[in-house]
Amino acid sequence: MSTSHSKLAKKFLENQQYADWHDSTFWGLRVKRDKMAAAVPEWEQLREKASQIKRHTLTNLDIYLQKFADAAEKNGVEVHWAKDAEEFNEIVYGILKDNNAKKMVKSKSMLTEECDMNPYLEARGIEVVETDLGERILQLAHQRPSHIVVPATHLTHDDVGELFEKELNTKKGDHDPTYLTYEARLSLRDEFLTADAGMTGANFGIAETGDIVVCTNEGNADMSTSVPDLQIAAIGLEKIIPDYECLAVFVRLLARSATGQPSTTYTSHFRKARPGAKKMHIVIVDNGRSEWLADEDHWETLKCMRCGACMNSCPVYRWSGGYSYSFFIPGPLGINLGMLHDPKKYSGNVSACTLCLGCQNVCPVKINLGEQIYKWRQTLDGLGVANPEKKMICKAMDYVFDNKSVYNTATSCAHIVNNLPSFMVNNGLNPWAYAHKMMKFPKKPFHKDMED
Amino acid sequence: MKVGLFIPCYVDAVFPKVGDACYRLLRHLGVDVTYPQGQTCCGQPMANAGFAKDSATLAKRYDDMFKGFDYVVAPSVSCTAFIRLQYPHILKDANHKCHIADNTLDMVEFLHDVLKVDSRLGKFPHKVSLHNSCHGVRELNLSSPGELMEPRFNKIKDLLQLVDGIEVVMPERADECCGFGGMFSIEELAVSKQMGEKKLARHMATGAEYITGADCSCLMHMAGIAAKQQTKPEIEFRHVIEILAEGL
Repeated sequence: MSTSHSKLAKKFLENQQYADWHDSTFWGLRVKRDKMAAAVPEWEQLREKASQIKRHTLTNLDIYLQKFADAAEKNGVEVHWAKDAEEFNEIVYGILKDNNAKKMVKSKSMLTEECDMNPYLEARGIEVVETDLGERILQLAHQRPSHIVVPATHLTHDDVGELFEKELNTKKGDHDPTYLTYEARLSLRDEFLTADAGMTGANFGIAETGDIVVCTNEGNADMSTSVPDLQIAAIGLEKIIPDYECLAVFVRLLARSATGQPSTTYTSHFRKARPGAKKMHIVIVDNGRSEWLADEDHWETLKCMRCGACMNSCPVYRWSGGYSYSFFIPGPLGINLGMLHDPKKYSGNVSACTLCLGCQNVCPVKINLGEQIYKWRQTLDGLGVANPEKKMICKAMDYVFDNKSVYNTATSCAHIVNNLPSFMVNNGLNPWAYAHKMMKFPKKPFHKDMED
Repeated sequence: MKVGLFIPCYVDAVFPKVGDACYRLLRHLGVDVTYPQGQTCCGQPMANAGFAKDSATLAKRYDDMFKGFDYVVAPSVSCTAFIRLQYPHILKDANHKCHIADNTLDMVEFLHDVLKVDSRLGKFPHKVSLHNSCHGVRELNLSSPGELMEPRFNKIKDLLQLVDGIEVVMPERADECCGFGGMFSIEELAVSKQMGEKKLARHMATGAEYITGADCSCLMHMAGIAAKQQTKPEIEFRHVIEILAEGL
C-alpha cells in the first residue's frame, strides 16, 4: 500500500546521512522560531490577532480588494485582474510587449511558480532572471523549489559550488559559501543593470494605501524595482490586508515564524513608479482562490502568509524532503493547497501526515492545517482515488468491530499468531513487519478476563 | 458518580494488563467503575484513513452503551480525543443525539482534573522517559505543546510524581511525533519507521530503563521497532496507568 508521496519518501530515506542533515537543518529553523517566539510575551495574542484580521479581511474581501485597487490607481498604478494562471501570464507578457521589454529580473514569487510564468515568458522570447539567491541557484540547476522560503536548502555548498563552476565560471574546487555568494552577487549585478523590467511578488497588499509590501533578506526586490524602468508586482488576492496597523501585526510574526529572525533584512514598500520611470503595474490573481473562499472546510488555507513554519515543524516533511510531494508547495500547507487546486491530481500527498497537529500550533495565522488534511482524507473515496487496499482493510475492520461475536472470537484467537513461525508473520506481506517485530498477543483479551 | 471504563480494541487484544491496571487503580481510589461487555473499537483507525462515515455504527453503539454514566474513561489518548472531538460530528451526520462525548476522558485527565488525586500511590524505583503523545498534547491538553508560548505543565508527569522512587525524564524534542499515526504506519512505511527509530533513540539517550506514556499505540509502535532492532540496552515499555497502579 503506497502513495505518490510514500514512494518518493522511501527513496529520499535511502541516503540516511543526507536525511539526517535535512531533518536537523529544518529542525534548526524550528528551534530558532521557538526562541524568537518565546521572546515576545504577547506571541499567542499576536497569533490570535493575525488570525482574526485574516478572517475579517477574507470575509470582506470584495470591499478590501476594491479599496486596494482604487488606492493603487489613485497612485497612478495600473491594476490588472487575472482570473487564472493563463490570464496572469498573458497579462504579464502583454505589459512586457507593450513596453518593448526583452529581459526581466524578478524577486522571489511563489505565485509565478504557481502560474508557471517563467516558461510561458521564455517561450515568447523574454529572458527571465531570478534574483533571490536560492531561486537563482535553482534556475541555473533547472530545478524547482523544495521549500517556499528557503527554496534551495536541499542543496549543499558543494552542489552549488559545482553548479557555479559550470554556470558562472567560478574557481574550481572553491566551494566556500562566502566566495560563492560574492560571485553570485557580481553576476546578478550585471543582470540588474541590463534588465528592462523588474517583477516582485507581494507579501502584503495594503488596502488603505494601495501599497505592495515585500519582505526579503537580500535586497533583491529593491534592486529589481529600482534599476529597470518598468515595475510589475504580482499578488494573490488573499494577500490584501486592511491597513498599516494590521501590517504591524503580521511583520512581527512573519520572519520570526519563517527563519527565526526578528524581521527580514528588508521590508520594502512600493506605492508608485519612481520619478522618471514607466508606469507601475499590479496584477491581482485569483486562480481558484475566490472559489476556495466559499469552501466551508478549507477557506482557512487562504489565511496563509507563506512563512513555511508548518514545513519546518512537520516531521514528515523533514524526513521526506520537498520533492516527495507532487504539488510545488510541500508540507502541510502544500498538501492542502494541492487538494484545493486539483484533488485528483494531488491526492497522493494526503498520506504525508500523522495528524500530529504540530503545524497548527506553529502557524502564525492559526490555520487548521492538520484538521483539513483529515477532512480531505474523507473525500478520497468519493473522488475515486482511495487506495483499494486501504479501503478493504477499513471495511474489514468495520465488519469485525461492528459484530461483537466476530470481534470476541478474533481477539480471543489472536494469540495463535504468536505460535506461527516467524517467516509467516515477519515477512513482506505484513506491512507492520517492515519496521516492527510482531507483537505478542496475550492468551486472554481484557474483556475475557473481566467476564471470568 | 458512575464511571464507565472503555478499553479500546487494541488495548483489549494486545495490552489487557493496561485495562487491568485501570480497573484496579480506579477501585483503589474508591471509584464506582463498571466495564460494560460488548465493547470493540472507537472507529478512529478507519476515520483517520478517510472512512469516518463508516464509524457511525461504532459511535452509536458507544453512545448507547455509556449513556447512563457520568464519565467514561479510557487509557488511550487518541481514541479518547477521537470520541470527544469527532463523535459529535459523526453522530450529527447520522441523526443520532450524542450524549457522552463531552464526558469521555482519558484516564490521566480523570485522575488529574476530576479526582484530583494527590495521595501517594505505589512504588516504581526506576528511571522513566516520558512519551508525550500528539493527541494527548494537542487535543486533550495533557501537557503544554512545545510550539505554544504558554506556561509549561504536564499532567502525566504530575501524576507520576505520586509514585515513590520514580525518576521521570523527558527526551529531546519531547513533543515530536513518534510516527505511528494509525494507517500512516502502513501507508507511509519508510517515514513512519524513520520517525519511530529517531524517537526511540532520543528516549534511549536519556538513559531511562522504561518508556511510558498515555497512549498504548505510540508505545506499541516504538516497542515493535525496539524489538526488531534488538536495541541494547533493552528498554521496556509501560503505560502510565500501569506504573501508577504498580503494587496497589
